[in-house]
Amino acid sequence: MSKPTAQEFRIAFDGVDLRRGERCIFDGLSCGFPRGRISVVLGASGAGKSTLIRMIGGLQKPDSGSIRLAGQDITAFSERELFKIRDRIGMLFQGGALLDSMTVAENVALPLCEHTRLSDADIQAEVNRRLVAVGLAETGHLYPRELSGGMSRRAALARAIVMDPEILLVDEPFSGLDPINVRRIEMLLVDLNQHLDLTLIVTSHHMASSLRMADRLIFMVDGIAIAGSPADLLKSEDERIVEFLNAESDRFAERHELDVTPLLRRRGDA
Amino acid sequence: MRAKPIENLGFQTLMVIEHFGRIAQFGVRIVACLVTRPYRFRRLMADVFDAGVLSLPVVCLSGAVVGGTLSLLGYTTLVRFGAEEALGTLVGLSVIRELGPVLTALLVTGRAGSAIAAEIATMVTTEQLDGLRMMSIDPIDFVVSPKALALLLVMPLLVGLFIVFSLMGGYGVAVGLLGVDGGSFTSSLKGAVEFWDDVVGSFSKAITFGGLTGLIATYRGYISEPTAAGVSAATTSTVVIASVSILVFDFFLNGFWGV
Repeated sequence: MSKPTAQEFRIAFDGVDLRRGERCIFDGLSCGFPRGRISVVLGASGAGKSTLIRMIGGLQKPDSGSIRLAGQDITAFSERELFKIRDRIGMLFQGGALLDSMTVAENVALPLCEHTRLSDADIQAEVNRRLVAVGLAETGHLYPRELSGGMSRRAALARAIVMDPEILLVDEPFSGLDPINVRRIEMLLVDLNQHLDLTLIVTSHHMASSLRMADRLIFMVDGIAIAGSPADLLKSEDERIVEFLNAESDRFAERHELDVTPLLRRRGDA
Repeated sequence: MRAKPIENLGFQTLMVIEHFGRIAQFGVRIVACLVTRPYRFRRLMADVFDAGVLSLPVVCLSGAVVGGTLSLLGYTTLVRFGAEEALGTLVGLSVIRELGPVLTALLVTGRAGSAIAAEIATMVTTEQLDGLRMMSIDPIDFVVSPKALALLLVMPLLVGLFIVFSLMGGYGVAVGLLGVDGGSFTSSLKGAVEFWDDVVGSFSKAITFGGLTGLIATYRGYISEPTAAGVSAATTSTVVIASVSILVFDFFLNGFWGV
């Protein structure tokens, strides 16, 4: 894969700063997300992955810097202007964000009911198609409180893709899922990207899936982004990347002298 | 160093003024959503059910008890002057002019206002409002406006019911327990109550209090911090701010307009 130029980036962050109190989340963050590709954002908990996704959706504004979406700086947009942009964006929240007063089917149908003039039968057919795609064919009549965490997230994914968005923002799609559903969602996301030319931005801790599906990896560390192809990052000698990628290896615990045995001792034991 | 307390006072004053401005802006946005399409009748009906129908038992029971208590207390005072036939006047005017709208508003604030604030605050915490924004659906249009309008609509109806049950409770205690003549109770009630001054005034208060409670409950829920403590703070402050506002508005409505 050749490196994308600035013009090819569908979404580009330029010198974005964000602080929460004393804590610096982004320190001049600059990175890009190419059109029609799968970009996976990696990083430790608290590195700002979800914040980055929320910023692309216009849900959070940076302290300074610009976020360009299709050439337009969305940081200066009003809520009304953002609504127009969001017509082209689907987003899966980490907790699902399904409306708990509505059934799963009503949740998935909501964007269609609000923004299209489809008949009830057509809406029902679209909803069923999306629910089948995420493996929730028989759950349309259930309320979100009746679903497990993983099922909620899959239902939310069905809602995020029901309007055939051009950009799909997916926050931690694999957490809480069993291996079969991890593969199912991974294949669905790759399929959407390939068939609909979807620009996909995924945050994840799931290394295996990330390496399989990503065209581009963005590694968040110390408020900045280190980006490249999976092959580039795997070959990287940057200590922070190497440490993150090797965190699952046996040597990691040895290197960091992690020993939980004292925590497991009973009170009174020597 | 001396400037510090004055600085703080100025800062707090500015904060209060800013909040008033934000509430007014929020109210304007609610009205704008209510008068423009799409009209959300189904959501409005669901919210009317939650705020109104589910408040019926507490409002009716409280009304009957307040009416009965007024009869009991009024009788012990009036009987000393041989004026027990004026019991209907006392119960009727007290309930219709003052206690009906104020107590109903306080009850509805405690039951439905706090529930609305907690529901919206929970939606903030669980990112449901952000989810709506990402679907290009305005949360004020979809969630907030129907709830605020529902409180405005149900308040006069609940005040009406409170008054009816109070009068029934007052009549029951007066006639059944204290031996007051039923005819003199109702005739003194009829003679004392003026339609425009008392009944219309009472419903004007009810509409004012309904709008006030709806605005405060939805605003507090909407601006809450996305944490469990945020939900709790939204609920508590809704009850406190709305209750105090109802009493303050009641004072001004009584004092300046004679309602």
